[in-house]
Amino acid sequence: MSNVGIVIVSHSDLIASGLKELVTQAVRGGVRIEAAGGTENGDIGTSLDKIMEAVQAVHSDKGVLILFDLGSALMNAEMAVELLGLEHVEIADAPLIEGGYVAAVEASMGKTLPEVREAAEKVRNEKKRG
Amino acid sequence: MALTKEHILLWLNRANEKIQEQKSYLTDLDQAIGDGDHGINISRGFAEAVKKTSSTDYDTISDLLKDWGMTLVSKVGGASGPLFGTALLKISMKWKGLEEIDYINLSAAIEEGLNGIVQRGHAGENQKTMVDVWAPVSRFMKEHDSFHADDFKTVVKEAMEATKAMKAEKGRAAYLNDRSIGFIDPGSATSYYLLTALAEVIEEEGVSL
Repeated sequence: MSNVGIVIVSHSDLIASGLKELVTQAVRGGVRIEAAGGTENGDIGTSLDKIMEAVQAVHSDKGVLILFDLGSALMNAEMAVELLGLEHVEIADAPLIEGGYVAAVEASMGKTLPEVREAAEKVRNEKKRG
Repeated sequence: MALTKEHILLWLNRANEKIQEQKSYLTDLDQAIGDGDHGINISRGFAEAVKKTSSTDYDTISDLLKDWGMTLVSKVGGASGPLFGTALLKISMKWKGLEEIDYINLSAAIEEGLNGIVQRGHAGENQKTMVDVWAPVSRFMKEHDSFHADDFKTVVKEAMEATKAMKAEKGRAAYLNDRSIGFIDPGSATSYYLLTALAEVIEEEGVSL
């Protein structure tokens, strides 16, 4: 029985892989997580191809939640979703790190894609300082 | 004779020439209100598109445009890749099965390109983006039933220049607020080169539209 897969899209390869590392540790292998950061050459920017490959790598019928950082990352993510034409792939409108973390934790608990997405998107309204 | 596959190839090459020529200017515009990479990115994308399309044999106009669009998406980077790429992909779909493009189909294509840009970037008019060139041009095309190259070029140029006074509400430039006023939007400038190139090819090749 699989869980919702997570794709982390960032303009920076280091940010995406760093977040993947951080979050992987939190869920101890229970969730498929892929990083899609930087351009094809590893420069700052995002790559449609990297995103498409990442989504395909973590996809299952539980679906995939994509998290992104800024501007054109969203455009490439939306394009990736359209071109892949896979079912159950959604993009969270959430802060990358905090949203990514919460999404992975929820996914590891077997929650559905809408539940994982909602949890990630709620993060924006929660204070980080008590 | 209407627009053929050969004309489209000429269009791509002419657009690329202009963009390569103006690469530093486009970068300067983006340095003023963006992150300074538009000229570099878009010229790389167009150069790659020329390379790809000159070494491939296409059965149809639609296939040619699809490759052009997808190359821009993969090679431009930034926001311009998905935006220009989507416009060309939409045009490619609109022109599926067509061997020649007449005025009505050209006009419909500009509108489809505009729709693609709006869907992809979620911008409206007067936000200082490439929509501010594509929208007036699309309206102009719909108001006529044949192609007037000079008028078309004027509409494109004026639309681009009108972005100078606008305040950016989209993209990186939006963070500058009022400080974005007084500079032409880079994506609008590239759109100006792209669409002017189209008009020039139509004129020079004597395409009847």
